[in-house]
Amino acid sequence: MTGLQITFLVVAAAILASAVLVVTARNLVHAALWLIATLFGMAILFVLLQAGFLAAVQVVVYIGAIAILIIFAIMLTRRVMQDTGPQTNSQWWLGGLLAAALLAAIAYTLFRVDQQGAFPLANVPIPDSSLAELGKALVSPDFYMIPLVVIGVLLAVGMVGSIAIARDEREKE
Amino acid sequence: MQESWIFIGVFLLIAGIFPATPIILQSVILGPKKSNPVKNSTYECGIETFGDTWVQFKVQYYIFTLVFVVFDVGMMFLFPFAVAYGQVPAFMLVAVVGFLGIICGGLIYVWRKGALRWV
Amino acid sequence: MEFLSNPIGVIRDWLAGLLSGFLPPDAVSLVLVILGALVVGALGLTTPLFLIWYERRLIGRMQDRVGPNRVGPEGLFQTVADALKLLSKEDITPIGADKIVYNLAPIMAVVSVLTMWAVIPLAVNIVGTDLNIGVLYIVSVGSLGTLAIMLGGWASNNKYALLGAFRTVAQLVCYEVPMILALIVPVLLASSVGVANPMSMQEVVAAQSGAWHEWFLFKAPIAFLIFFIASVAETGRAPFDLLEAESEIVAGFNIEYSGMKFGMFFVAEFLHAFTVGALVATLFLGGWSGPFVEQAPLLGVVYFILKAFAAYFLIILMRAALPRIRIDHMLDLNWKFLVPIMLAAIVAIAVTDKALPRATVGPLWNAVALFAANLVVAVIAVNWTSAAARQMRQADESRNPPGAAPAASADHGHDAPAPAASHAAH
Repeated sequence: MTGLQITFLVVAAAILASAVLVVTARNLVHAALWLIATLFGMAILFVLLQAGFLAAVQVVVYIGAIAILIIFAIMLTRRVMQDTGPQTNSQWWLGGLLAAALLAAIAYTLFRVDQQGAFPLANVPIPDSSLAELGKALVSPDFYMIPLVVIGVLLAVGMVGSIAIARDEREKE
Repeated sequence: MQESWIFIGVFLLIAGIFPATPIILQSVILGPKKSNPVKNSTYECGIETFGDTWVQFKVQYYIFTLVFVVFDVGMMFLFPFAVAYGQVPAFMLVAVVGFLGIICGGLIYVWRKGALRWV
Repeated sequence: MEFLSNPIGVIRDWLAGLLSGFLPPDAVSLVLVILGALVVGALGLTTPLFLIWYERRLIGRMQDRVGPNRVGPEGLFQTVADALKLLSKEDITPIGADKIVYNLAPIMAVVSVLTMWAVIPLAVNIVGTDLNIGVLYIVSVGSLGTLAIMLGGWASNNKYALLGAFRTVAQLVCYEVPMILALIVPVLLASSVGVANPMSMQEVVAAQSGAWHEWFLFKAPIAFLIFFIASVAETGRAPFDLLEAESEIVAGFNIEYSGMKFGMFFVAEFLHAFTVGALVATLFLGGWSGPFVEQAPLLGVVYFILKAFAAYFLIILMRAALPRIRIDHMLDLNWKFLVPIMLAAIVAIAVTDKALPRATVGPLWNAVALFAANLVVAVIAVNWTSAAARQMRQADESRNPPGAAPAASADHGHDAPAPAASHAAH
């Protein structure tokens, strides 16, 4: 085994363990902390895949923004220091069923890769300037110029929507 | 490139161990261990605490965080563009100007709605 | 001579030769990496011992007093004495605090700042590692600091600490937006200069090392100013010290902390301030570049430290000169001033640089054009803001004529109307 493989196995085990802890932790802030550990593990996986940019984006967006948003929502709404509610509700079996179905689908896909070579996993060399290529593709009309603008619209709509939902209309003077 | 990431990984570990060392040194070896309930009680603002720690906060804090998340995601698209900037022809700036303009439009909407005002 | 031009390389080669006698090559490189990380980390963590003394002396001067001057020459060992004192204190975790999170938060605070030093270049060949996404790496580890302060405030089981944590969200998170926007500009300009990998810190410096007008300070003064302001806000120091405002919320997120855990928050804050200086020096003031640096690369360390301390001095001056900003002003300054200006400045810089590229008008005129573009954006922004402010003032005066009772807006500065907290304060 190479160092890369050992690192992958350790990180994958850590991700799984913290993912389990996210759903089993009784304290909501602890659950959010385990979620951060999971997300950080994903960032390490990106690094192992030589996608450093995505790793940094993972940390900035998911840990730096979304995890903070989650912790913040917890602090805002729940009496977290005392609150330890039940872990499941009456629909737990539905969730379990969906998770099992997803697992089956992923496993099926992976086996197809293995048997028929449906997705050839070629050893493509990663160019040093992959980030510049990405940037060029993002603004080029032949590639993702329109999608980029659509993302802008999506983000603006997200901003408008969050205000519409979160803001108390009665506060208006 | 993997080599720099190995350095970063090792450095993260070391950066955790360095500050942990004096804290452990103080709490395990050097510091006195004569605790009592009064010493361990919450200091708060100097008088005895009462009531819950949890208090009702304004939803306004949450709105700012939501706007921040939108901007954070948007800015991540600008970094690859900035890296490629020297190699893209001038007319392609239209895409980025449009992108920024639309996000700016969202900001102006939020602004005009008064959601950015601290009340 | 070889040693003087590339000391780290020489030492590394010597160590590699020494170790390769009894270790496999993979292990040798790992040991070298660990040693390098240890050296950078130790340097980073011992610098605050000096920084705290430097800042206390300077603040003392600025406030017309002497500052610490008893322990050691000129009080140089004062911080060492303070650290020893903190080490001899009892370790207290208050009742009701969340033990793990409470103890983790100060460590995370230091980690988030210390790890930035992994990519900051001290000279052309002295750098922890030249990561290809260095600029974004700075942003990503910086965002962990917000988390540390938030968790520290939450885990203390204290109303004021929790209030500090909430203000953290309002402040640190919001100021991350103009900071990242401003960080895009050096990458963009470095790319326009034509370096291969504009997001690596080393090449951002290389892009500025040509002549004085290549400094991004002159090409993008707005980005420089906004990065500086937003980064100072990120450190949570005066005038942006809302998260630990002593007179309002006791001491904010770190009330319940004592001993070395408090010390670590303290170290993180001072190191962060200096790190901001170092980042400003690297990204906008040309880092290690300066005259004769090609002949003697070690001179770069001197230039870098001089520039970093110049920026750090400005930060200290801000702390000494400016009063604490009010929370509504703080948020307005961010969302209604810094962010729109920065968005406009990015567009202005990108368009100007394409309109008058270096290749056709030459580097100097390109820099002049960029400076002029920045100036135009700044003038428009200031005019527009002052007009808006005048309008607001007039509207305010017509609603509450002067001489009447103070306007209801007087309680804008208050935080959440936390009923229990305000009771406890009385």
